[in-house]
Amino acid sequence: MTTVTRRRASHQGVAPAPPGRPKLTFRQRLSLADVKWSPYLYIAPFFVIFGVVGLFPLLWTAYLSLFDRELLDAEGTFIGLGNYTELFRDSQFWNALFNTLSIFVLSSGPQIVVAVLVAALLNTRLRAPTGWRVGVLLPYVVSLVAVGLIFGNLFGHNYGLVNGLLEAVGIDRIDWQTNWFASHLAIATMVNWRWTGYNALIVLAAMKAIPKEIFEAAMIDGASAARRFFSVTLPLLRPTLIFVVVTSTIGGLQIFTEPKLFDAMPGSNNGGPSNQFQTITLYMYQTAFETQKLGYASAIAWVLFLVIIIFAVLNFLLTRRISSSGTEEAP
Amino acid sequence: MRSNQRRVFAGAIALAAAVGLTACGSSDDSGGSDSGKIELSIGTFTEFGYEDLIPEYEKLHSNIKITHHKTGQGGPYHQQLLTKLAAGNGLEDVVAIEEGHISDVIDKTQLFNNLADIGPKDVKPDRWIDWKYQAGVAKDGAWIGYGTDIGPLAMCYRKDLLEAAHMATDDASVKGYFASWDSYFAAGDQYTKATGKPWFDSASQVFNAMQNQLDEGYISKDDKLAIESNKDIKRNWDKVTAAVKGGQSAKLVAFSPDWNAAFKQSGFVTKTCPSWMLGVVKEQAGPENAGKWAVTDAFPGGGGNWGGSYLAVPKQSKHPKEAAALAAWLTAPEQQIKAFAKTGNFPSQVEALDSPELLGTTNDYFGGVKTGQLFATMAQKVGKAQYKGPGDGKIQENATSPALQAVEQGKSPEEGWQQAVDAAKKIVK
Repeated sequence: MTTVTRRRASHQGVAPAPPGRPKLTFRQRLSLADVKWSPYLYIAPFFVIFGVVGLFPLLWTAYLSLFDRELLDAEGTFIGLGNYTELFRDSQFWNALFNTLSIFVLSSGPQIVVAVLVAALLNTRLRAPTGWRVGVLLPYVVSLVAVGLIFGNLFGHNYGLVNGLLEAVGIDRIDWQTNWFASHLAIATMVNWRWTGYNALIVLAAMKAIPKEIFEAAMIDGASAARRFFSVTLPLLRPTLIFVVVTSTIGGLQIFTEPKLFDAMPGSNNGGPSNQFQTITLYMYQTAFETQKLGYASAIAWVLFLVIIIFAVLNFLLTRRISSSGTEEAP
Repeated sequence: MRSNQRRVFAGAIALAAAVGLTACGSSDDSGGSDSGKIELSIGTFTEFGYEDLIPEYEKLHSNIKITHHKTGQGGPYHQQLLTKLAAGNGLEDVVAIEEGHISDVIDKTQLFNNLADIGPKDVKPDRWIDWKYQAGVAKDGAWIGYGTDIGPLAMCYRKDLLEAAHMATDDASVKGYFASWDSYFAAGDQYTKATGKPWFDSASQVFNAMQNQLDEGYISKDDKLAIESNKDIKRNWDKVTAAVKGGQSAKLVAFSPDWNAAFKQSGFVTKTCPSWMLGVVKEQAGPENAGKWAVTDAFPGGGGNWGGSYLAVPKQSKHPKEAAALAAWLTAPEQQIKAFAKTGNFPSQVEALDSPELLGTTNDYFGGVKTGQLFATMAQKVGKAQYKGPGDGKIQENATSPALQAVEQGKSPEEGWQQAVDAAKKIVK
């Protein structure tokens, strides 16, 4: 208690309390403690839960990744960075990394461009605007598993709808499950179908927040609609675009359910007969729970974690450049 | 007092959060309860037909109360099983383990009770068909699982499609097609040449059946990878891939949407058929194909088994003796006959295979054939249990099956074989 009063006193720049000063009552001390410690208590639930289900698993995974340990073993043998050196020589890992990046580029890229365009369209004067907005969001509401099953059916090789249509217009059937580019395209379609509307609404909210006066000023200066979009709207969307890009980077690099359900063999974690569309998370899951190499899977998890951080930072820098170039031209 | 109240409130939130977190850890531990009854739990997946049997057991044993946890699908169920085995708690007292998954856990004998020690003494191995019992015993001799049901293999075929290809369809001729794998592929060749259409659904479906008939599997008895040293495996591979290159495979992946659709579209003529597959065929081919499918008690290379489960008692159980007694009762012939009547799961008990109830069962969809008798015959044809070392199931799922699929999509048989060998080496390493 004395330390508290002393520190308080020194904060206020007052000389040390004279010995004759009356002692604080219990209630006063309580309210002092309340002001000091209560805020921490209020935010504690978040940090406690995050610690238990977020931070602890993260650190435990890092610890596990240093061991050669099977899922059902009581304990493993310490091998230091052995799992990591093995991982960098593992061709299946590089294949999975390539697949993940390829699907990520095929999905996130077009997705954000289309989302901004859809948002721009929704931002024009429309009849029944809420109806359009809800319509755009609808795919997001559909259960991911249902999406996976339906798209798996649509892209079936022999009896799928997509191949049926292709054949009707005279194009050869495509084996969506075994051709690597076709499979990536199909999975990216699944992702785009689900997430474009969601991102469009976030961008739309940011567009609505742009003050009208800026557009009016630009109009008076004679800027065309396209010019207004590129020189006013886009730069002012910067914080939102960064948010959308970073979240879709995190989501895109962890893509799991879509490729898992897209496999023709139900429940398979192979991602196609020759791992054509096995993503890193799918490989990690297979290693941990099918092959049961817990230590190795933990190493994959950590490498994925680092890859995501690298890409999130890269995207952050890139997005900042792209959308700030407009502001530099503007004045 | 306001500040005090706030503080207490905040404390309560923190406490509630902490309690909420610990609560999930303790809710599964159901020990003895207030009424003095012993509480047992049992975990199964899909349909075991135990819904009426469990109340019956409770009636017979007034001191036992049973909770039945059912999971809809086998995949997630076994996933959970592994996770909870690894975690060391949360499992039921009696757990079902499917034949394809038991090789993953059977040699972790430290995690399971030895039923020879804790099970009722009157339950002897001779209750089951020998190969079924053998596959439930670990390498060190510990008896891990009591057998529930089996999936003896027969051959299903389309009578009408054979006729359309001008091939004989009398019983003796059909049995001749399915006498050996060579005659099977020869008949396939004849059919494919006559019609230009595929003979079987998928290369891996055929290859897996051949593989299971070998004396040794992918893993030798001393737990070494045998995919290269066991020349029979490569010989089977060559036969199947030659048939694929000859156009005999419909190139479908079993249980995929395309595979399902192919039953209706008459996509293939023959199908390796465990007892439970009849239900799948009926459901997928639909009423419009009724009477076209037939099944015969011949299978190339003798017989085989696909599917069926075991009941085991994990070390986590607080009442292992009572749990083993329950598992023993459920897997007794009388009970498995009742389960068969309810779900069609084919019993693995010697006595049950002779029961008039089983032998009298017929299947209208397959032309009224006596399926009970037919599969009982096929169950006797299954040779001895092949040793399934750790990783055996994974090699089938993740090495040979995908590689065969790759061959079906155009890879050369030799390249495909290399893919399978590389993947198997990676799994066993």
